[in-house]
Amino acid sequence: MKFNGKTYAAKEINDAIKAAGGDATLKEVLGERFIACGLKSGVVTIEGTPGNALGAYLDGAEIRVRGNGQDAVGDTMNDGKIVVFGSVGDTLGYAMRGGKIFVRDNVGYRAGVHIKEYGEKKPVIVIGGRAGCFLGEYMAGGLILVLNKENVKDPIDDYTGVGMYGGKILVRAHLLDTLLPKQIKCKRVEGQELAEFTPYIKEYAEEFGAEFAALTKGDFYLLTPDSSNPYKRLYTNN
Amino acid sequence: MIDFNVAPFEVVRDYDKCVNCRVCERQCSNEVHHYEEGFGKMISDSTKCVDCQRCVCLCPTKALKIVPNQNSFRPNANWQQKYLTEIYKQAESGGVLLSSMGNPEPFPVYFDKILINASQVTNPSIDPLREPMETRVFLGAKPQTLQRDEKGNIVTKLPPRLKLSMPVMFSAMSYGSISYNAHAALARAAEKLGIYYNTGEGGLHKDFYKYSANTVVQVASGRFGVHKDYLESGAAIEIKIGQGAKPGIGGHLPGAKIVGDVSKTRMIPEGSDAVSPAPHHDIYSIEDLRQLVYSIKEATEYKKPVIVKIAAVHNVAAIASGIARSGADIIAIDGFRGGTGAAPTRIRDNVGIPIELALGSVDQRLREENIRDNVSLVVAGSIRCSSDVVKAICLGADAVYIGSAALVSMGCHLCRTCNLGKCNWGIATQRPDLVKRLNPDLAAERLINMLTGWNHEIQEMMGGMGINSIEALRGNRLMLRGVGLNERELQVLGIKHAGEV
Repeated sequence: MKFNGKTYAAKEINDAIKAAGGDATLKEVLGERFIACGLKSGVVTIEGTPGNALGAYLDGAEIRVRGNGQDAVGDTMNDGKIVVFGSVGDTLGYAMRGGKIFVRDNVGYRAGVHIKEYGEKKPVIVIGGRAGCFLGEYMAGGLILVLNKENVKDPIDDYTGVGMYGGKILVRAHLLDTLLPKQIKCKRVEGQELAEFTPYIKEYAEEFGAEFAALTKGDFYLLTPDSSNPYKRLYTNN
Repeated sequence: MIDFNVAPFEVVRDYDKCVNCRVCERQCSNEVHHYEEGFGKMISDSTKCVDCQRCVCLCPTKALKIVPNQNSFRPNANWQQKYLTEIYKQAESGGVLLSSMGNPEPFPVYFDKILINASQVTNPSIDPLREPMETRVFLGAKPQTLQRDEKGNIVTKLPPRLKLSMPVMFSAMSYGSISYNAHAALARAAEKLGIYYNTGEGGLHKDFYKYSANTVVQVASGRFGVHKDYLESGAAIEIKIGQGAKPGIGGHLPGAKIVGDVSKTRMIPEGSDAVSPAPHHDIYSIEDLRQLVYSIKEATEYKKPVIVKIAAVHNVAAIASGIARSGADIIAIDGFRGGTGAAPTRIRDNVGIPIELALGSVDQRLREENIRDNVSLVVAGSIRCSSDVVKAICLGADAVYIGSAALVSMGCHLCRTCNLGKCNWGIATQRPDLVKRLNPDLAAERLINMLTGWNHEIQEMMGGMGINSIEALRGNRLMLRGVGLNERELQVLGIKHAGEV
């Protein structure tokens, strides 16, 4: 499906993708929203810039974006994979509960807010560059990796993990001096501890043709919440 | 530390009637009663009593009653006993006061100051036992213009709607805040009655997918249990922005209640808290709301109406006006008396506005802007009886949600301690021994009985007004008169005072 500068309603695009059995290539995409919403199978390749809520409620399909994404990529995603060959806007993977998202470059504010895990279902977000404020806010499970491929000083920003009560955030950085909320435990990853995360780093390297060795070099910090019941003491029965 | 508090209730036992059968002891999860071997009689610890009336109802000899504790602090019209008690509690714990169910404070109940009309002489009333009386309603957007295809035929394809046999639905109560058996009862009753129940934001237990034709599934900020199959499994999808009992703040199910199937249904680990914060962090504007509405519609192929639920707050009319333009099909508005499984006391008792005033102003605003038919209005918090339903419809509602009334029909006595998780009636608890006290078949039957009665009463009142279709009652403010209301209140409600023609 080639857009040629024409605008299509989200429903037309999604109907065309479904008619093609889930496998489709969309060319010259320019801000069309809700692409591949809830899609269960197939591979959708997008050239251009898809609009907000790309792959919302995604349920098993794969989306490959040859360009940048906008806001709410993978909102409430349940299963499948999203690969973005560029950067994305705010609220990446809001309330995601399964599947994997790989972003080659940077992500905006509030990535991975509310992501949660249960049993086998464990969402993973891999960010190649850096992340904006409120990364992993209210995070209840799952894994976020910030690989900091450009080796910047602050790969994460203020309020990372605020309200977090489950899951893990792994950040590659020389020294983590970002202001972190006090309920977040920050610990340097030692020796073999990185092994748990290397499969995802490897997958990132393979997806984007990056050098695995360079991405695992240097220090890593692991952020986890210090309690899964953060609000227990706040209340008095009346 | 000395406990400054006194028991709010007193357990009174008539020892002439008590036969030491110990039913009260077995029934009380708060461990108020016990048999004292030495004395050879039952002893009660009133300090633990929450006045749920379970022991009173089950005592075979009717030997028990629970009365307000007559012990009194020195009376003070300003410093009422409750304020002292609450200070003592906070001075001990440093915590935020947590309460349950709707606002119990003596604010005006506008439904009680509104009266319904009836026909005399000039326009005959209708006997609902003899003549057809229509209480069926459809919820959803209503097209404002006729459309014709190329051949000139009228296009009859309508936006997705909900069909209700009567203008009442069960409002959102999550599996977690109430028990499996309570949910089962609501689902079965909704199916039998031809209405809908609402999952709340805790996801949908796999056993209840079979009731999907009568289910409204909820999507809240935490998005617990939300996935494509869940969205597909509802007849409608409700985006929860706010709740009448706690406008502006979020939901929080403590880890202690995230056990077994609740954990599985919400899809979070056992013992972990479930936090739904106040805002959806991807909705900061009506445009953002529109995006969520349409992402849901895309995911469900425009087959299901989308409800947006908000709490009644000061500028509710302007907010509703925005929602009516967001693509939502139904707006649900929850008044400040709406129930809850747990809310901070100060919020519950002081935030929000009465549903009657919110409804009056929203309906008038949407009509003025000519967008009333973009959406249906469903109101809640609190609808206690069939005349409340009739008054709400006359004030502009298409239907109402009932929560507390539904729980009361199942046995709830509004003891307002849902937050303790030890509900003796098996409703607001996850403790298996307590949950099994609620028989879902009997509870469903009680729900059906109550609403069947309400429906008869609604028909009687409609017939009395000479109206045979609920559609003709909607927004029919001429059928209402206020008593003891001032000019401004009447204006907001859009009704005249009793005695005015």
